Amino acid sequence: MSTPIISIREVTKSFGRLKAVDNVSLDVMTNEFFALLGPSGCGKTTLLRMIAGFSNPTSGQILIDGQDMVSITPDKRPVNMVFQSYAVFPHMNVMRNVGYGLEVTGVAKPDIKKRAEQALERVGLSDFTSRMPDQLSGGQRQRVALARALVKEPKVLLLDEPLSALDAKLREQMQMELAGLQADVGVTFVIVTHDQDEALSMADRIAVMRDGSVDQIASPGELYEYPKNRFVADFIGKVNLIEGEVTGQKGDKISITTEMLGKVAIPFGGDDRGEFNGNVCLAIRPEKINISKSGVSKNHPAGKDYIESEGKIVDWAYYGDCSHMIVASKNNQRFGVVIQNSRRDSVDALDIGDDVNLSWLAQDTLVLND
Amino acid sequence: MALLSRTRLEPLEFSRRWWLRLYVGAIFLMLYLPIITLIAFSFNESKRNIVWRGFTTKWYWKAWNNDSLIDAFVNSITIAVISTAISTIIGVMLAVALWRFRFPFKSAYEGLAALPIVVPEICMGVAMLAFFSRVTGFPTDWIWPLNLSAITVAHIAFSFPFVTVIVRSRLSGFNMELAEASQDLGASEWQTFWNVIYPYMKPGIIAGALLAFTLSLDDFVVTFFTSGPDTLTFPVKVYSMVRFSVTPEVNAASTVLILITVVTTLFAMRFQSPDKIEPEN
Repeated sequence: MSTPIISIREVTKSFGRLKAVDNVSLDVMTNEFFALLGPSGCGKTTLLRMIAGFSNPTSGQILIDGQDMVSITPDKRPVNMVFQSYAVFPHMNVMRNVGYGLEVTGVAKPDIKKRAEQALERVGLSDFTSRMPDQLSGGQRQRVALARALVKEPKVLLLDEPLSALDAKLREQMQMELAGLQADVGVTFVIVTHDQDEALSMADRIAVMRDGSVDQIASPGELYEYPKNRFVADFIGKVNLIEGEVTGQKGDKISITTEMLGKVAIPFGGDDRGEFNGNVCLAIRPEKINISKSGVSKNHPAGKDYIESEGKIVDWAYYGDCSHMIVASKNNQRFGVVIQNSRRDSVDALDIGDDVNLSWLAQDTLVLND
Repeated sequence: MALLSRTRLEPLEFSRRWWLRLYVGAIFLMLYLPIITLIAFSFNESKRNIVWRGFTTKWYWKAWNNDSLIDAFVNSITIAVISTAISTIIGVMLAVALWRFRFPFKSAYEGLAALPIVVPEICMGVAMLAFFSRVTGFPTDWIWPLNLSAITVAHIAFSFPFVTVIVRSRLSGFNMELAEASQDLGASEWQTFWNVIYPYMKPGIIAGALLAFTLSLDDFVVTFFTSGPDTLTFPVKVYSMVRFSVTPEVNAASTVLILITVVTTLFAMRFQSPDKIEPEN
């Protein structure tokens, strides 16, 4: 787990004046499930294609297992890719598709058959060996693409938006399967996705990309609870952002004045999240907010600092397991709040138009530079 | 014919409106009546194509025993086969080059390659005549089949652009990720071409080749300008026979040519039809 299998060093890729990837450095560790996450056009696919060898960096170095890859063509690299369109060869049956990578490199026929069968068994397609791709569903075709790449026993498996073409239910199932498969075969996976749920549920570590550079590399939990900046906080999950200004710092607490909350004191860890000066942004996740009808006593446990506010419920969306509410504060700032419908009557407790109190633990508030 | 059908007329069901049926019928009559007449009279007992005197196949036997007609027919087939083979290879190579690679003046090449399709055939014929007689002096008195080389070269020149256009349009629907997947799995550029790109192109290549074959087989104008006295092709020979009189023998020979052309065209259409194209992933 500790040695890097892929080292990307100061890689830049320019298309004319546009820098699709701008001075990116990162390491992917052996046996890791690594995700490149970002909105479309952030350079994540460009970076993946450079690892696969379909384009070369304008400057910088890509090392795979310690070896510089720049002059090495895709067919000679120890990585294999699952394409967004799956790119299953339409004129070959499942067996031949999976065996193709062995066939072209001169592996003996009986070996091809044995290894392809193993790979197909691993993805649960043993009964489909003689089917043609147009007789398969989208999910099955993706398994063929997976088996076809895994049969080559690559050092790294690259996946380009592998689940984007599947429907929601199947996508969830494939997320679990992919994570299981990765643990099972012990191959490093690098996945490109724009879907934060996908990245959070599968990856060991995630690199969040924006405009060609990496904003933060961290585990899913760290990324969600300790985003480094406003972009990461906003991109990963839902978040309420409150503009404010730093007015002072006392011990391990930072004082911030905002229009909505007045003056609040936020404890902060004093770790590497930097100095805060001038304009900052307070962020609070919707599920960390307690909501109650005005006038009902709040019963906060003693010894903890809470931040409080009030407003009126203006919108409500029911999702079964939880409900999302929009609360408008006095200065008309909109606040997202999520409540768990942990009891049947939770739904009836609040309604649109109710005046409510909002409160959350001061320590759950994030202070972010812009 | 709304009276005959029980269901109501749908807005786009034009084929069920009587005036449209009449119109379509008239057009088909105009198109095919002459050809049907030609074929019918090839079985006519009479020497003249005016009155029907009873059924016979003797004109086919007569045409079969007409040595110069058969020679012309063999010439035509030979030229068509050679020019199809060469123009298919050149046409496919050009299509692949224009599609897969980047090079300067690419669009100029593309335009130039398609030019023979739009240049009037008569200009092409005259140009070929000038080229072969003045510029190179291609001899037409060499031994068979070398004496056909001028016609063959001319046929290749006007038919390979058709192959290129057909194969190129087929390739534009190719999912580039397939070629990348092949490379990613360890295949060289050469292996990728033969294992992945070629199978995809194949229907286009066959359609293009069959088109080149029919174009060559029934070409008259260009061939007329490039053929010598001993290198008549079938269409040119038929023309010279017609100049004396249209005998049922000419009808019989033409019927055979129509048959060959129709069969090849049907094959070409079958390979070009969209349901032959594999669904995209």
